[in-house]
Amino acid sequence: MNAPLLDVRDLHVTYHSAQGPVPAVRGVSLQIAAGETLGIAGESGCGKSTMAMSLLKLVAPGTTVTGTVLLDGDDVATMKPGALRAARWTKASVIFQGAQHVLNPVRKIGQQIDEAIILHKTGKPGSKHTRVGDLLALVGLPRRRADDYPHELSGGQKQRVMIAMALACDPLLIIADEPTTALDVMVQAQVLRLLEVIKRERGLSMLFITHDLSVLSSVADRLAVMYAGRIVEEGPAKELLRGSNHPYTRALSGAFPTIGDPASRFAPKGLIGDPPDPTDLPSGCSFHPRCPVVTDRCSSVHVELVDVGGDLSRRAACIHVGSGS
Amino acid sequence: MSPRYLAKKIVGSFVLLVCVLIFNFFLFRIVDRDPLAKYRGRSKLTPEQKESLIKQFGLDGSKWEQFVAYVKNTAKLDFGRSFDSRRLVTNEIAGRLAPTLLLVGISTVVTIAIGLWIGMRAGWKRGSGFDKASTATTMVLYSTPEFFLGMLFLTYLGSRTGWFPIGGIRDITANYSGLEAMIDRAHHLVLPVLTLTLGYLGSYALVMRTSILDTAGEDYLVTARAKGLRDSDVMKRHAVPNALLPSVSLIAISFGFILGGAITTETVFSYPGLGYATYTAIGNSDLPMLQGLFLFSSAAVILFNLIADLLYGVLDPRVRRAG
Amino acid sequence: MTSTTPAPIRSARQVTWARRRLATGRMWKQLRSDRAGFTGLIVLALFVLMALAAPLIADRSELRDDSSRGQLPFRPPSGAFLLGTDGIGRDVLAQVVWGARVSLYIGLFATVVAVVIGSLVGLVSGYLKGRIGALLLAVDDFFLVIPFLPLAIVLAAILGRSPNVLAIVIGVTSWAGSARLVRAQVLTLSERGYVDRARALGGGGRHIVVRHILPGVAPLIIANATLIVPGAILAESTLAFLGFGDRQSPSWGRILGDAQDKSAFTSNAWWNFLPPGLCIVGVVLAFTLLGRALEKIFNPKLSGR
Repeated sequence: MNAPLLDVRDLHVTYHSAQGPVPAVRGVSLQIAAGETLGIAGESGCGKSTMAMSLLKLVAPGTTVTGTVLLDGDDVATMKPGALRAARWTKASVIFQGAQHVLNPVRKIGQQIDEAIILHKTGKPGSKHTRVGDLLALVGLPRRRADDYPHELSGGQKQRVMIAMALACDPLLIIADEPTTALDVMVQAQVLRLLEVIKRERGLSMLFITHDLSVLSSVADRLAVMYAGRIVEEGPAKELLRGSNHPYTRALSGAFPTIGDPASRFAPKGLIGDPPDPTDLPSGCSFHPRCPVVTDRCSSVHVELVDVGGDLSRRAACIHVGSGS
Repeated sequence: MSPRYLAKKIVGSFVLLVCVLIFNFFLFRIVDRDPLAKYRGRSKLTPEQKESLIKQFGLDGSKWEQFVAYVKNTAKLDFGRSFDSRRLVTNEIAGRLAPTLLLVGISTVVTIAIGLWIGMRAGWKRGSGFDKASTATTMVLYSTPEFFLGMLFLTYLGSRTGWFPIGGIRDITANYSGLEAMIDRAHHLVLPVLTLTLGYLGSYALVMRTSILDTAGEDYLVTARAKGLRDSDVMKRHAVPNALLPSVSLIAISFGFILGGAITTETVFSYPGLGYATYTAIGNSDLPMLQGLFLFSSAAVILFNLIADLLYGVLDPRVRRAG
Repeated sequence: MTSTTPAPIRSARQVTWARRRLATGRMWKQLRSDRAGFTGLIVLALFVLMALAAPLIADRSELRDDSSRGQLPFRPPSGAFLLGTDGIGRDVLAQVVWGARVSLYIGLFATVVAVVIGSLVGLVSGYLKGRIGALLLAVDDFFLVIPFLPLAIVLAAILGRSPNVLAIVIGVTSWAGSARLVRAQVLTLSERGYVDRARALGGGGRHIVVRHILPGVAPLIIANATLIVPGAILAESTLAFLGFGDRQSPSWGRILGDAQDKSAFTSNAWWNFLPPGLCIVGVVLAFTLLGRALEKIFNPKLSGR
């Protein structure tokens, strides 16, 4: 089966605020194959969360979503509400950032996991209880925790519950929006390992969103870097992190020192300035005001993603790429 | 809920009650050194009334003796005798309790139910036609004194059209019994209940609306939607249970106002309950009666608040299972 | 080289007051743009105008509580009596117009009493967090729980029925909510750095409260006051309806009370109770709209509601 599990083409997401339309995602295209993990990296405000949420149309009412989002062959963007609701959680589920408030505080954990199973009727009748217990065991939590309320769990435990919940309907794709950002380092490592094991055992695809590139180096097969609502570089994760073609990616990976590599601590890091306001974007390449290798043409030329050195799996949107440099 | 929570709330209520009783004692003393001075020269005060006042306040002793006498009387539930009827205040109140319980009970239930429902829908679909219409309506109702509303109903639904009786609790000319008597009572209750309900609907609707608005931004609603739940289910199963919690305590505070509203409503409809008794007592300057009624309504509100607190302790798992 | 004129030196106080004037101008513009709030303001102005113009519209002697004029009771509106007569033959229009003065006066006076007590309690209990603060908080709790009307009735029965006394009674029974709000705001403000800085610079308690905390709390107090007035007016109308208040100078509530006493409804004398009732609704609604608009201006977080 060569068709990708997730095929996004020219996705635009504009939400409407009191100050006018805000183009959060401006023409994003990506594919995820079955069993593959695609990492999306970028600073806050670059549109990666909005993009991820829009894949299942989980955006605020009134937000415009255009483009094609083929999930297992069906276009989510044009689905009827009933079909959309049926596809949610069964085709693709979500693990949210900050498990603090993503669980209903007045419902038991078990009930919340159950809810999706009952809704989509994916469990065998009479087997509800076992299934919840199985899911909890899968993520390393004791079965009796199903009777607990969210406030009785720690941050790491709540994230595991979220993972268990996300697996309840055997989805094909998991969208993980900054799943480890709110956790401390030790717990982060545990959760990442857990995700890795689950992914392998079930052949799941994953869309992993984070601003922390170092996490993606171990988790992702492929990597896409977003800036100001667009993808500016993409390619195999390990290659990209070893040497990137886009100045933004270089700056981003430089900001996180690699443990064990003393040289990385002295490499120039950090970027001047702030990410641009989506309602007031710079002309030409959106990155040019902060770019260390900016040229005169950068402010007037609109740069598209181009293949890097003839290798179809690596692309970057920079004026320096493709001109041979 | 934990025994500690239960104990804390019950003790708190008891302390409040004691404070009210002490406050009541000082009401006549701090305000006026010699309470009787106010009553001199008033034609209504007969020697017997003076006698009963002296006995009630224990004014024939020192400050401390007065206080002891007051405490003793309070323990016996003796709050003096009504100037008007000469009967014990406690008996007067007991005799009028049932009609008021009926009126306030029904009205409170209906107001809470309808008010919460309106607030829920208005808040969930903020800015919608329903929201705007209901907010405008509740604001106008909120600005209307309930007795004015009562007078309007009385005139246009009672007097002019004859659909509903213009007062009282039952038809004293007819001699109903059994089911007919109940229907007659219900018939007489319609307008008063309607008045009291509409008068206080607004505050409950507003409380619930604000609560839902606060809940609407919570992340677990996005989770619920991501699971594929319909919007109405997201509201019913996730938003509302959470929005109800803060409403519970605010509802308890509003109860005191419904009690006050009962006073004027019963007056408009000549409904023979505690409210009407208050009105008559005001007209007669029947101070022991007014004092007794004040104590009674304070105790009722404290009790209602206690029930609401305990209910909250049961409803909120974070309190029920203090983690 | 061109010579430059030195910029005018302004003292810190001048700068502060200039900033405050600018802020007030901005607030006025915001109020103008809030349709509901601005309507409320206009309506209020009209009522105040009516109250002030009372002597020009109606004869004060009409209010006297006797039947000496020989006018017929419950006469519908006519050329002579634009709003008809009440149960003892008095001109209803005169009562409504003069009643505006009483209702507004008591409502505003009661609000001042409530706001002054509430703000003082709130400021002190918020700033002095020790035992005094806790005691005041307990007193505040007490007054929040006690049902308002029964307490007001008892107090009014003891203290008297003149307008001033009624206003004080209403004020004394309504301050608890303000105290809560003010206390919360004071607590928030004291957490901010500038209070500690003022203390480090040697500012004593009174200086800090007056110069730093009070200006921060003042807008909240004003917005809250505007929302207390409707409650006070409703409270006065209720007490008057039940029998308190001056019979010779009836407020709108009193007019309704008289109408009730004389069974205006059986005579279908709508002119007797509709006008005063609608006036109450009008004034209360106007103050509520204005208050909500002011609240939004002073606390932009609320504008989403």
